[in-house]
Amino acid sequence: MMTNKLKVTMTAVMASLLLLTTACSSGNSSSGAEAEGKKEVTITFRSSGSEDTLTKYFESGLIDKFESENPDIKIKIAPVLASEGDYTSKIVLQMKSPDTAPDIVAEDTSIIKSDAAAGYLEPLDTQVAGWSDWQDKFIENLKSGVTGEDGKIYGVPATSDTRGIWYNKELLAEAGIEVPFKPTSWEEVLEAARVIKDKLPGVTPLNMIVGKSNGEGVTMQTLEMLLYGTNDTLYNNDSKKWIVSSAGLLDSFKFIDQVFNVDKTGPTMQVALNGQAGSIAFQQLFPQGKLAMAVDGSWAGSTWFENGAAPIENVEDKMGFAPFPTQNGQEPGAITMSGGWAWSIPAQSQNKEEAWKFVEFLMNQENATARVVAEGNLSPRNDSVDVAGYTDRTFTAEAQALLDVAKFRPTNDQYATVSAQLQSIVESVASGKLTPEAAVKQLQDNVTRSLGEDKVEVK
Amino acid sequence: MKRKSRGAFLFLTPSVLLLLIFFIVPIILTICFAFTNMALTGSAAQNLQFIGFQNFTNMFQDPDFRISVLRTMVFLIFSAVIGQVVLGFILALLMKEKNVTFRRIIGIIVIAGWVTPEIVVAFCMVAFFSDNGSLNQIIGWFGISPISWLFSFPMVSVIIANIWHGTAFSMMVYQSALDEIPKDIEEAATIDGASNFKILRYITIPMVKGSIVTNMMLVTLQTLGVFTLIYTMTGGGPGTATQTLPVFMYNQAFVNYQFGYGTAISLVLLLIGIVASLFYMKSMKVKV
Repeated sequence: MMTNKLKVTMTAVMASLLLLTTACSSGNSSSGAEAEGKKEVTITFRSSGSEDTLTKYFESGLIDKFESENPDIKIKIAPVLASEGDYTSKIVLQMKSPDTAPDIVAEDTSIIKSDAAAGYLEPLDTQVAGWSDWQDKFIENLKSGVTGEDGKIYGVPATSDTRGIWYNKELLAEAGIEVPFKPTSWEEVLEAARVIKDKLPGVTPLNMIVGKSNGEGVTMQTLEMLLYGTNDTLYNNDSKKWIVSSAGLLDSFKFIDQVFNVDKTGPTMQVALNGQAGSIAFQQLFPQGKLAMAVDGSWAGSTWFENGAAPIENVEDKMGFAPFPTQNGQEPGAITMSGGWAWSIPAQSQNKEEAWKFVEFLMNQENATARVVAEGNLSPRNDSVDVAGYTDRTFTAEAQALLDVAKFRPTNDQYATVSAQLQSIVESVASGKLTPEAAVKQLQDNVTRSLGEDKVEVK
Repeated sequence: MKRKSRGAFLFLTPSVLLLLIFFIVPIILTICFAFTNMALTGSAAQNLQFIGFQNFTNMFQDPDFRISVLRTMVFLIFSAVIGQVVLGFILALLMKEKNVTFRRIIGIIVIAGWVTPEIVVAFCMVAFFSDNGSLNQIIGWFGISPISWLFSFPMVSVIIANIWHGTAFSMMVYQSALDEIPKDIEEAATIDGASNFKILRYITIPMVKGSIVTNMMLVTLQTLGVFTLIYTMTGGGPGTATQTLPVFMYNQAFVNYQFGYGTAISLVLLLIGIVASLFYMKSMKVKV
């Protein structure tokens, strides 16, 4: 019977070994792979779907040009189709492992410090030091947005933007509001919305991004646009603490509450809480004449250009872009938050040298400008204005002018945590689940609990 | 005897190993991570620190967590216990001893909701409840103006969706249990003059008790873990109106990037599942 026993044992051992080898054999990593004897550089960015502008930009001959100049490099684009919030977690999970890390990654300037602090990104100080454009051509105050807590550079700014009030000139004129629309205080914005509600039934007066499924947009395009127009901010740079309770915060929540619950001049909750609220506003409601005003980014108007998702004829006659006023018209009169995307190189990338070559190529005067023109963004390069077709784009002059009053988000790796809290609280205020006073209290409680007593202050 | 069991053990090794690698180890890791400040991004992602029970003390101080537990309970009681288990039983009872064609037609309609993948159910339900969805069209015929169901009654909407999705499972479990009951017992009771309700109360239910408990447990554990349906329909909103524990856990881990906190919440969720299962077993005095 010995043989039998041996057989059984052997079978069991073999089966186990087989399982183990199957379980533990990892797939070959694709990064660093030699494709036809070339180094393959993977570039990852957020795609908005089949009509994605950035994907089209890469495929418009740009890659072919680079590859013909650098025959030893092959560029592979790997767009990630996801919402902004999901994109952040997806790329972080990719960057954790050398097997999945792309060689170049698009980083939103709101998360770049956080990812740098986590050790996911490669410092680029050496590279930029040897790149004359960096010193002369890149707008200086955008560099703070890609600088980590440790003072090192973690990305090259690729786009910049401003925010304001997009409005339908025809609808405002119909309601008897002066066009061009130039509100000088919050009250004037609220009043305009009320007038539109009165005079034009069936038209949504004012769209603001409040659904937390819109991620960072809620914090930046709604809450901070309001807060930074008061006398308060979100972060005290001197004491290095978050200001979790202030008159400015309360007033900002009150504004949101006023629009959505008191005046009811905001969009329906169905639209407001939708993760695609911005697209619905710009691709459907504005072109259909069902929306009068929307607080949104300077790029949003490109939706209506000839090659956009929802073209409008003679768009500059029909639509306008107004600066968002400060609370009571205090200096400088208007306010905008500014953000944008940067190109970074993950620390786990296998082809850092080749990746940097491609970043430099992408960010030269011609290619950098071509991208922001295609996307309707503002350029991080000060010499883009010399490129034909940059400044004479519809709405660009107004948006560009706002860069003078631009404010930037707190440069701190805890920003993502605070922002996530704000997103949820703004949604609760807009949907009437929290009063402005309760919202401030909840923010204070939650941020204090997440970050600790020593990281917050009350004004 | 001993030799036999040793042989059996040898044959079990492959599956035990599999369980160890893909199940036990991750569970142990999860328990470990729940006591750290593990994060997806930020400086905490680089230096993992053991922080003891900090995550749990934060959790019990967090009003959002408390409200999520409450919402989970509401969702569980209405969509699982009352909705699926009771409705499933009633359906099975109504279909008992009806002719085959009738059973088939009703069965197909109910089972359709169950065989549909959760994500598809969520989209169907969004189409049903949305502002210009079919529900508003239907009430429009009666001259009622449209209602923003997902906004005004978010919890009711997701509960109805989950009932529609899950009832068929309970119904099938009960159908097979009811078919097992010998006919002559019920016939004897009828001859003795017992009313239908009494037959149900004293004969039918006690005879399918085992199935009821097993099904309750399965449905409860399944409902505790419902994420896709709620996340797709409402994203846990509006505000936090439908933020059950799985959604809360996801938000903490993948929206706030606090992995340690997220895993701590998942442990609490596991605990709730265990407690609920024990409660069912004890209350019905069934040995599983």
